[in-house]
Amino acid sequence: MSLFLQILIDGFAISSLYALGAVGFTLLFGVSGVLNLAHGSIIVVAAIVGWLAAGNWGAGPAGGTLIGIAGGILAAYATYFVVVRPIQTSRAIPRDETEIFVLTGTLLWGIMIQVGLDYLFTDNPVTMVPLIRGVTNLGGVHTPTNEIMIAAICWIVIGLLWLLVNRTRAGKALLAASINPRGLTLLGFELSRIYLFVWTIYGVLAGLAGVLLASFLGTGSANAGTLTASAFSIVVLGGLGSVSGSLIAAYVVGYLETITAYLIAPTLRPIPALLLLVLVVYVRPQGLLGRR
Amino acid sequence: MRLIRSPGLWIAVLCAAIAAAAPWWVSAYILGVLTSAYYFGVFAMSWDLLFGFAGEVNFGPTFLIGLGAYGAAILDAKTGLPIPICLVFGAALAVLGGLLLALPALRLRGPYFGLVTLVAVLLLQNFIVIFAGVTGGEIGMTVPDVLSIDAPTNYEYALGFMIVSAIILFGMSRSAMGLILQASGQDATEAAALGFNVTKHKVFAFCVSALFSGLAGGMLVFYLGTASVDTVVNISIGVQVIIAAVLGGRRTILGGMIGAVFLILAGELLRPLGQLNTLVVAAVALAVILFFPDGFLGYVLRGRSRA
Repeated sequence: MSLFLQILIDGFAISSLYALGAVGFTLLFGVSGVLNLAHGSIIVVAAIVGWLAAGNWGAGPAGGTLIGIAGGILAAYATYFVVVRPIQTSRAIPRDETEIFVLTGTLLWGIMIQVGLDYLFTDNPVTMVPLIRGVTNLGGVHTPTNEIMIAAICWIVIGLLWLLVNRTRAGKALLAASINPRGLTLLGFELSRIYLFVWTIYGVLAGLAGVLLASFLGTGSANAGTLTASAFSIVVLGGLGSVSGSLIAAYVVGYLETITAYLIAPTLRPIPALLLLVLVVYVRPQGLLGRR
Repeated sequence: MRLIRSPGLWIAVLCAAIAAAAPWWVSAYILGVLTSAYYFGVFAMSWDLLFGFAGEVNFGPTFLIGLGAYGAAILDAKTGLPIPICLVFGAALAVLGGLLLALPALRLRGPYFGLVTLVAVLLLQNFIVIFAGVTGGEIGMTVPDVLSIDAPTNYEYALGFMIVSAIILFGMSRSAMGLILQASGQDATEAAALGFNVTKHKVFAFCVSALFSGLAGGMLVFYLGTASVDTVVNISIGVQVIIAAVLGGRRTILGGMIGAVFLILAGELLRPLGQLNTLVVAAVALAVILFFPDGFLGYVLRGRSRA
């Protein structure tokens, strides 16, 4: 019984973090059609900046978290202005090939960031001091309070994002851009401004995910590839561009991994999720809640 | 077109002759580096046939390469059969893998298919690690036989293999089949409406690409004497193959060879930089993609057709 509870609690915390990481990724794709393969590297940048700020620069856990998020935003802007925007506006690249160029370009960019971080900080995972210390007893399972708080923060932020997209003018413009960008420009909206806005939101989400990950499991440049792959698979499982689909998929993947790790073997952790992904892609390529 | 073709042919023959004479004027170390570069060239050319012509975004060239390499290595280690039989077995396994990949490719487009190929690599990698008893796991396995212990002989094997592959793949891309593939890659519906069997051609392209990837993977294993995840399966190897093909020029087939040789030589020259050499190579590749999206060969060819 306590093992069941343990899986339930650990799985929930991990899944919430996955959800937070994947939501930004899917939002970016839905609004601007960009699949950002530097995703994992941006998360790691935020984690390392947060860790530096909290420790070496003496900003403490809370300050480190905020500075880490700022690092995530900066990394997202750099990706947009150095790689994505030049490709989107290039005349030498045919329109129907933009997608593959963005994929290859962000992949290379992600590798550059990863190797750069590896060089500067080695690939040892960094661990931040949690915002809240202590252990809470949840039905007999001793859970770090930090784990509960991470799940809570993830859900608060996802809730705020929902409000932003559905209840504010700027958010509705994002929604419109994902449905019909040309219609939006006809209404007098500047599309490039909307893209910049969505990259900002993306930076905040990825940055927060990075900082929380650093305080929960610890992360380093060696994890960048895995982080991108898990976000990518969650998003495809849920349906590209569908935020609610990604949320469901994050929990499916998170729990599947946790159950495998606890009940079968920790080394097999990623396999069931990958098999499920292949199966879903074969049977229902648009994902759980995706649109074609 | 014909005017370009004849000088192009002579340039190619000249390059091949210079490359074949390399053992007489190049050190054994550089020969070794070039040998792996030539196998990489075949990887990149087979990838280009799928991407440049059939329009299939394959992020996992190492799935096919790894199947060929491990298939050949395991058969050799378990039964001790002669190398050619092991190579054929590995290649057959890779073709089977190619057919498996072709199934989703016929139903999915763009990023979705790209993801399936990525997942295929991750699964292969995980299975190799899990069945460590047969595959040697993360450490890799050594094969009892090698092609040759003599650097020049190995070099000529690799060069000969690359040239034969280049002729076949290039010829295929310039044949009616290449044109039909290109048409179905750009607009499958229209190509089908013109009466071409898109499915048949795409499946065929997958088989050919898999055949050459698998063969090259197997030969690489018998050259190195080991098969390991880090040399034939890892996603970073796949990324290098893609970078080589894009650097050399998409839709040119031959560009893959140039890109692969450039990439591996550049990595070798930048070795004093240590870890940072990957960063520099990635930055150069990114700059090429941003400023010369047609790659080296594409840039040269386009410049010539404009003049």
